Amino acid sequence: MTAARISPDGGWLRGAGLYPALGVVGFFLLVPLALILVYSFLGKGDYGGVVWSFSTAAYEKILFVKKLDGSKMLNWAFFTVLFRSVMLALATTVLCLLIAFPAAFFISRQRAFVKGVLLLLIMFPFWSNLLVRTSSWIILLRDHGLVNKALMWLGLTDAPLALLYTDGAVLIGLVYVYIPFMILPVFTSVERLDKRLIEAAFDLYASRMQTLRRVILPLTMPGMVAGSILVFIPSLGAFITPDLLGGGRKLMLGSLIQLQFTTARDWPHGAAISIVLLVLVVTTLVLAARRGTSAKAR
Amino acid sequence: MTHAQSLAMNAAIPQSGSKRRARTADQSLNRFAGFGTITVLLFAFLYLPIVILVVFSFNASNTISVWEGFTFKWYWIAAQNTDLHKAALNTLLIGGVATVVSVLLAIPAALVLSGRAETGSGGKYLLILSLPLMLPEIMIAIATLILFTTIGLNLGIGNVMIAHTVFCLPFALMPILARLRGMDHRLSEAAYDLYASRWQCFRLVVLPLLAPGIVTGAMLAFIVSFDNFIITLMVSGAGGTTLPLYIYGLVKTQMTPELNAISTGVLLLSLALLSTAFVLTKGRILGVSGMSE
Amino acid sequence: MRISKILTALAAGTMLTATTMAAQAEGKLNIYNWAGYTPPELVEKFEKETGIDVTIDTYDSNETLLAKLKAGGGGYDIIVTAHTFIEVNAKEGLIQKFNPKDLPNYKYLDKKFVDPSWDPESQYSLPYQWGTTSFAVDTAVYDKPIDSFETLFNPPAELAGKVGMLKGGSDLIAMAELYLGVPLCSEDPAEMQKVLDLLLAQKQSVKVYAGAAALRDQMVSGEIAMTSNYSGQVQRARAEKKTVQYVYPKEGVIAWVDALAIPADAKNLENARKFADFLLAPENAGALSNHAGYANGSAGSEEFMKPELIEAPELHVPEGIKTEPMKTCSPAANELEAQIMTQLMQ
Repeated sequence: MTAARISPDGGWLRGAGLYPALGVVGFFLLVPLALILVYSFLGKGDYGGVVWSFSTAAYEKILFVKKLDGSKMLNWAFFTVLFRSVMLALATTVLCLLIAFPAAFFISRQRAFVKGVLLLLIMFPFWSNLLVRTSSWIILLRDHGLVNKALMWLGLTDAPLALLYTDGAVLIGLVYVYIPFMILPVFTSVERLDKRLIEAAFDLYASRMQTLRRVILPLTMPGMVAGSILVFIPSLGAFITPDLLGGGRKLMLGSLIQLQFTTARDWPHGAAISIVLLVLVVTTLVLAARRGTSAKAR
Repeated sequence: MTHAQSLAMNAAIPQSGSKRRARTADQSLNRFAGFGTITVLLFAFLYLPIVILVVFSFNASNTISVWEGFTFKWYWIAAQNTDLHKAALNTLLIGGVATVVSVLLAIPAALVLSGRAETGSGGKYLLILSLPLMLPEIMIAIATLILFTTIGLNLGIGNVMIAHTVFCLPFALMPILARLRGMDHRLSEAAYDLYASRWQCFRLVVLPLLAPGIVTGAMLAFIVSFDNFIITLMVSGAGGTTLPLYIYGLVKTQMTPELNAISTGVLLLSLALLSTAFVLTKGRILGVSGMSE
Repeated sequence: MRISKILTALAAGTMLTATTMAAQAEGKLNIYNWAGYTPPELVEKFEKETGIDVTIDTYDSNETLLAKLKAGGGGYDIIVTAHTFIEVNAKEGLIQKFNPKDLPNYKYLDKKFVDPSWDPESQYSLPYQWGTTSFAVDTAVYDKPIDSFETLFNPPAELAGKVGMLKGGSDLIAMAELYLGVPLCSEDPAEMQKVLDLLLAQKQSVKVYAGAAALRDQMVSGEIAMTSNYSGQVQRARAEKKTVQYVYPKEGVIAWVDALAIPADAKNLENARKFADFLLAPENAGALSNHAGYANGSAGSEEFMKPELIEAPELHVPEGIKTEPMKTCSPAANELEAQIMTQLMQ
């Protein structure tokens, strides 16, 4: 009996199970990706679009910027925006993890019926529109909003706090938008956790922290990794939520790229930033995967 | 761990009877104090904005955020708005098709990927399938539109369905794959030992175990499609306006409580859909019923 | 599984209808307009008169529309876009000449829109509606007389931190240029540096950069007390909060026109022309204004307009106040604007 036969995971499919998905992504995404790569090396059209002549200007513009007086300087704007977006995406991911793991764990311990209801209740808010949902946060967080009223009623503050249009507001908004993408994958992992292993840990006098760290977390890692990817990468490129709750005061990576296709009408530059972003994300993922496996090997 | 704690834990675990022991393990799990509190706070966090959204849909004022009195008029306006109904129908069709197709693509892909090392070809292919996540939306939108016009693909909202399927795929794939990664291989081994065919093994052993992952993936894929704006904006043609596009337009120029009425209406509709599905499947809609019990 | 079958069937059905829809182009008209700017009653009337089936899609910005058309998207017979984009779209071959002058109702067009600067021979466009951009103040918060953009760009203590600005780069920069006496769409880096400095200094007092309707909402709710905005939005804000006042500064106001045009690949050219002609009739143009709250381009439409619109100070620029039409910026000027926006928001 071959190993492929034993495997439950469709080893018998050989590679064939991959073909449909690879075909669809290959044609409808890799071809556009090739186009993006080509565009990033072309000249910019006057009103958007490209001019078919080779140019590396789009990439140079990422590193160096022509000041209004014509002199060149290091493009601090880009690095500032990149740093801000990465930090915010990281914070979003960590917060989502910190909320999602206990919640998923708690839900998975409920009776089947309750479990189903709770999960549906988590998904339910996301059937309203993103923009309208986010606008509700504006009503909550503004100066005369409910949160400030509650804080003042509790006597925690005398004057309304400036909550809206801050980094904190953006963070709240991003967590709100992306939390289901963390909870659900983590839940599916936690759910299929073999309880006997935890029981065994307790039998062996492991503390709750030890059980959590040595047994539960490693076993639910796949779900947490999947969730983190689904939260981190989209929030890195998010621009609607930061725009609304940040008051449009600071550019994010997403809005910077958007700007290239709208106001700036510089498609090659937009394409170049996209490529750089892609390379950064892919490198991070590959390095993380390597470190993950070498850690396992140890 | 303090001595007292270990004593307490020791005392909590009875010495015999596997059934009782399992229950006790559950209890000790429940002692992860604070997890329940966090869950309650999570639900407060999730529903606070929704309550606001619904309350202000009854606002008589033309300005969403200034309460002026109770009215149903925005529902009446939304109910008569045929453009809106068409947009809602488009959204459901596109979301439904993109979800089903992306899940159908994701399942076999996940089955193959889960059998391969993350650092080897498995990781490589997974990366390719996750690409839609890693490119900025506006870039995907424009490049996809250029591809469609270059090859002359003109299927109306069919074009939007294709574009949505592509970026829904990673959202469908990740939970399924995460579920498979932790699966006990001996189960299907046992099935083969009992002379189950490949199909039987898949249908009777793998699929039921996979169900929660599939439902989760489908739900995530659907809400991603449901909220998508930029790609839809670029790729859609005449008659292809979806709810997000329509709502964006309204936010840009109108910004009246009709927006809230529309969102509340959509919520009610989905509540009806979800509860019907829930009742029909006797609570198995998320595939969690009967699992690990 | 059953659900997936139903959905697959649905998908197949949609694909089919989508293809058949594309096939039968006759008797149809596809309009691409800002949301809420096409009155449903007017569309119904047109459908009844002509038997043409109208589909309306909505979009969110001139810039994304340009990008979309440039990438080959569309399938629309009529688009409505800012007049500054008419020139760009025409130059890029994205819209076609449709000889509006041959339309029977062209005679109703207000003389100031015949051969306008953005369409010198009136071949590509017709005005759909027009308005001005300036700023509004809540007189309950600040009641001293205001006659200059000085108040907006260098707000007094009562208003500092309560300012909302339109977030689009062109609106923001044009207003600063008007205040500084710099020509619109300047290509002079030194002048544009002054614009950037002004906007950076003003940013300290700005609470939010947002869209027009969102700013109206916050003005009415009292979150902000001063905002740059379009005339029609301020008129709507005043209807709900009497203390909101539209300012006509001595430096002048920005004027803009949302113009109707026909994309180069329009499949229903004749129907599009019929609709353009239909809108020129004063009665229909009046209905358009009543719905969206802006002035239209047809002379004699006033008698069909709501009295509150005719009397609205926001829609009537006083004598002696300059109206500076928005300009189509050259690529060089546009690049400077993009740099200013990046540095302002970095």
